[in-house]
Amino acid sequence: MTNSKISVQNLNLYYKDFQALKNVSLDVLENRVTALIGPSGCGKSTFLRTLNRMNDLIEGVRVEGKVTLDGVDIYRPDVDVVSLRKRVGMVFQKPNPFPMSVYDNVAYGPRIHGIKNKQQLDQIVEKSLRGAALWDEVQDRLYKSALGLSGGQQQRLCIARLLAVEPEVLLMDEPTSALDPVSTLKIEELIRELKNKYTIIIVTHNMQQAARVSDTTAFFLNGDLVECGDTGAIFTMPEDKRTEDYITGRFG
Amino acid sequence: MTVRSNFDKALMEIQQDILRVASLVEESIYNSMEALNSQDVVLAAKVIEGDDVIDDLKEKIENKCITLIATQQPIAKDLRVVITGIKILVSLERIGDHSVDIARTTMCLAEQKLIKPLVDLTHMAKLVQDMVRDGLDAYVHGDVEKAREMCDNDDEVDDLYHKIFRELTVYMKKDPETIDQAVYLMFISRFLERIGDHATNIGENVIYLVTGEKEELN
Repeated sequence: MTNSKISVQNLNLYYKDFQALKNVSLDVLENRVTALIGPSGCGKSTFLRTLNRMNDLIEGVRVEGKVTLDGVDIYRPDVDVVSLRKRVGMVFQKPNPFPMSVYDNVAYGPRIHGIKNKQQLDQIVEKSLRGAALWDEVQDRLYKSALGLSGGQQQRLCIARLLAVEPEVLLMDEPTSALDPVSTLKIEELIRELKNKYTIIIVTHNMQQAARVSDTTAFFLNGDLVECGDTGAIFTMPEDKRTEDYITGRFG
Repeated sequence: MTVRSNFDKALMEIQQDILRVASLVEESIYNSMEALNSQDVVLAAKVIEGDDVIDDLKEKIENKCITLIATQQPIAKDLRVVITGIKILVSLERIGDHSVDIARTTMCLAEQKLIKPLVDLTHMAKLVQDMVRDGLDAYVHGDVEKAREMCDNDDEVDDLYHKIFRELTVYMKKDPETIDQAVYLMFISRFLERIGDHATNIGENVIYLVTGEKEELN
């Protein structure tokens, strides 16, 4: 049995008067890929952002309920949000490499966290790029601008940048929606590899992607968590009629 | 890391699982005929019990195939691997059922002195066993030629079936005392003939898997 890495209990989230998440409870298992699916505006990205307190940056957001990481409530006032986000990193929809070299992109995080030794940084950069299945493609151009990479490579670079600070949980918000099909499959393959070391939660509009890549699937609708379960089961025999309607393309 | 290596691994696993079922099924044909020839009810009972293992395994692999279709959206060759996998499993499972039929009939015959040595039935059983083995070999190697050759053997199986049928009819006409046993033996030849047909289906599925063409082989 795998343990819960993150446990969410009775989570409610309000954007001023609008309730975006309604009493959501969900356990995210360690070393598993959990996919969050649902139509636009259902709350899946909002939910994802509660897991490393990215919503703190948005004005008028109020969070009720409990989110624990390894049993510790991440909304406790004494929690350091920066170190939380180091442990729970995030990849976004559009690849957003910094306008600097491939190397500096990956070394950015470790440098901020105080690592200055060149040899040590070299090691981190290589290890992270390998971890993101990008090393072979960029080892000859480490000192060239990251902006010259293809979209798929840029996204893997963003993943490498994340790995460089040794996170425990990776949050991915539609990480392939701006990529072509082959780059998409590469990222998906990478996700399957990364789950051996990390706990991964991915938001995706692409149901087939959720099916391909995840172990657990959670279906959100209008701020409710309708159903959460084993991906194989959800895509062959969902329990809730609304889940069935959504994944079979009857609405959404 | 190749693109979709996990998916490739899952497809490979399905094929390996099917081979496991096939080897159990081959063993079950062999044992059922051994039991018949040596009138060994213990071995016959073993064949009957063993069928549950085959059925369970078939169920598990079938579920894997269903999950793969639902979650991985196989297309082109990948789709044919999964679909033919399911169909070959069904053929194998039926073949296993016919071995059980032979084993049950063997139990009915256990106390009787056989009216004749079972030369043709034994030969027929050998042929269908080879067909199943060659069919799976063709499946593993994607060997269309082998699949076709294997199916050609079904003609000989059918000829033997008709020959046995005729001979046993003669026995029955001559001596009504033999009717009980002759009918049982006829059934056994029928079961073997059906096994040949299922093996032929496996061959047809192999051809579809490789070429995408439906070929009627017998």
